[in-house]
Amino acid sequence: MTDFDDLKTAMDAATPRPDAGKRAADLALARKNFDSLQGSADAARHTPVTGQSGLWTGVRTMLNSLTSKGAITASTALVAVGVMFVSPMGQDWMRAPALQPSLEHALAAAPENFVIPQADEADEQITAGDDARDLIQPRASGRVIDPQSDPTVGLMETPMAMTDVPALATQKSTPRSASAGLDYSVAPQVLPDIEQIIPPSGTEDFANTSQNSLKITSEEPVSTFSIDVDTASYSVVRSSLMRWQLPPADAVRVEELINYFPYDYPAPDAGDAPFRPTVGVMQTPWNPDTQLVHIAIQGQMPATADRPPLNLVFLIDTSGSMADPNKLPLLKQSFRLMLDQLRPQDQVAIVEYAGSAGQVLAPTSASDRSTILQAISGLGAGGSTNGQGGLEQAYATAATMAEEGEIGRVILATDGDFNVGIHDPDALTDFIADKRDSGTYLSVLGFGRGNLNDATMQALAQNGNGQAAYIDTLSEAQKVLVDQLTGALFPIAGDVKVQVEFNPAQVAEYRLIGYETRALRREDFNNDAVDAGELGAGHTVTAIYEVTPVGSPAQLSDPLRYDTAPTAAPTSELGYLKLRYKPVGDDTSQLIETPITADMDPTQDAQFASAIAGFGQLLRGSDYLGEWGYDQAISLANAHRGDDPFGYRTQAVQLMRLAQSLSN
Amino acid sequence: MTTDDQALALAAAGGDGQAFGVLLDRHYDRLFAFCYRLTGTQHEAEDLTQDICAALPAKLRGFQARSKFTTWLYRVAVNAAHDRRRKHASHARAATGWGDWEANRTAVAAEQTETLTWLQNAMNALSDDLRDTLACVLDDMTHAQTADILGVSEGTISWRVSEAKKALRALREQEDQL
Repeated sequence: MTDFDDLKTAMDAATPRPDAGKRAADLALARKNFDSLQGSADAARHTPVTGQSGLWTGVRTMLNSLTSKGAITASTALVAVGVMFVSPMGQDWMRAPALQPSLEHALAAAPENFVIPQADEADEQITAGDDARDLIQPRASGRVIDPQSDPTVGLMETPMAMTDVPALATQKSTPRSASAGLDYSVAPQVLPDIEQIIPPSGTEDFANTSQNSLKITSEEPVSTFSIDVDTASYSVVRSSLMRWQLPPADAVRVEELINYFPYDYPAPDAGDAPFRPTVGVMQTPWNPDTQLVHIAIQGQMPATADRPPLNLVFLIDTSGSMADPNKLPLLKQSFRLMLDQLRPQDQVAIVEYAGSAGQVLAPTSASDRSTILQAISGLGAGGSTNGQGGLEQAYATAATMAEEGEIGRVILATDGDFNVGIHDPDALTDFIADKRDSGTYLSVLGFGRGNLNDATMQALAQNGNGQAAYIDTLSEAQKVLVDQLTGALFPIAGDVKVQVEFNPAQVAEYRLIGYETRALRREDFNNDAVDAGELGAGHTVTAIYEVTPVGSPAQLSDPLRYDTAPTAAPTSELGYLKLRYKPVGDDTSQLIETPITADMDPTQDAQFASAIAGFGQLLRGSDYLGEWGYDQAISLANAHRGDDPFGYRTQAVQLMRLAQSLSN
Repeated sequence: MTTDDQALALAAAGGDGQAFGVLLDRHYDRLFAFCYRLTGTQHEAEDLTQDICAALPAKLRGFQARSKFTTWLYRVAVNAAHDRRRKHASHARAATGWGDWEANRTAVAAEQTETLTWLQNAMNALSDDLRDTLACVLDDMTHAQTADILGVSEGTISWRVSEAKKALRALREQEDQL
């Protein structure tokens, strides 16, 4: 059969050799997925104990093996289970996947850090009723890679939205009754997660945990945390309030609200440690029977002219979502403002990332303004985002610019949505933490609202030893990029950790306000391998404890009847403050210690900080404030507004008023 | 001496990462070529191969050596190709793909171009079933192996192959008349 032989010959000739790069990448991807599967063999494997007849077992195994991200699937699975029990055919559907395991089934059982390759374009929805097995199977069998993501889930068919299940409308009442015979033990654990997966509005994602609880000094005398110089939370709060909405409680990180403001704390003397702690004790505004311990850290401010040359790599998200006027155009304006602050020794490079990463501006001296400005104005939004490809290139560029005595930093500007690539903040942060050790730091500038992935931003900046700032207005860009340029870009101390030991003879209970996402274990304080926040030049960091003196009527816990005898420590001290930091470029930490006594006077700025602490707790809905409300916060902040040369504090009072009107 | 595929696949299914690496490295080129036959464009074939590589580790856990590893691997590839095609919703896109690819090849020698054009047209003219069947048969699979991969009977494969031949002959005659 000549035609057939012709065809074979032609086909053999036409078949291209696989591209070597693609080949290597595919093999690496497969190996990575292989390795990540090994750890979770028990959880992911989906083996019916009694073969085909083990329907109940199968259902239970399936539900038990759901990860929290799979919860959205679970709700659908319950519906699907309902359908199956109503219909005699249903049981056969259930068995079908076991007989004929498909790729999507295998993928669905994959563990969290499984990498799914990306499709290039949006996929069409498969039509409903395509195939009964297809309707049930992908959703009934596992995990959704990312519930709100683009349909780029590789081999998986586009997971249909729950409402696409045709049976849902008619079977609404079935899940509950039909699944009554199920082992219900999984339900309570699955259902609460659904709210996390489906945000109430928009697609924003905030990193936070529940408020620090009250600690009883005799039980847990030591409190340890890492400093936090991020300010993103304040900008998010402001942006929400300006739109006449109260911010989501999880968007409020009290310490970031406090640290947003410049404070005039006593600066370190030349030759001393790079920063100086100042402690003050004062009356708690919202509770007459407790006190606030105000811990302030002021970083030294070297003259700008003396700072080492900066190598800045801007990694700019030019995905389609960045086209809004308050994103890429604002970024370009901000960039120009910042350029004026750089010196000729400083170098700038620009890498953009969209569908693929690309270098827009090779490392250029900051004095070559026209080249840089031209590159900036050439940036355009389009395509989808691949955060990691761009990150890799940005770090590679930074490595080529690095020279002894210079400071390297990657500045990632994005609307926070890494909508292609690694969704899991953990996997991305691992990459950044690796790079941090090479001496290049990472700062993250967030732009725009509605798509903001605050959790990823936080994770990236914290692991990159950098600062996360959210830029919503040009004046904010001015603050972050110009007024604080040196601080944001020039670290003076690394891995700054704070540990306070309270004296149970003086302090019955204490509570750290904010820093929930920055808590460290007690033993981590002395462990130099444990990462913590960086302090930039001129930065101030403020931490506030609310402490309840022994015998105070405000004590919430009853004293123990069989208390152990107090130790013989000096009883006049409230506690003992210890700070650890690493000088820049040094791997060994230094220790600063100072006792905390009740007679330390707070600064004027401490009062303002406490007003902001109160404001933040009001926004979070704290239980500890009693009758104290916005009126009191406003008058306290107003009374301690101080010089306020940039108008930040005045603005804060306006925000308090807005929040007050919205919460009534 | 090389370890045979079955032993490697079973070791990989049991968690041996090195065995998995060797196995995939050994079959990657052939897998890619097969994907090319199934899809018709280098771009699509690359995407499909990547998809398969990503999902293979999870998939491999179900490998029980009931069939040859290559047969099993091709079955995975065919299923993955079906998934992709279904997502693309219509055959039209794939056909356009063939055209694009073709356009890029115009610089190649005239005679070869003619053959290739005929090849593209021929493959395009076939239904998905026939194309899948040909993709296997052109890879030197026997009808029995092809039947195993595609999950149909051997008789069906033989029938499909003769249908494909008929279609190709008709196409050739049509062209000859032009």
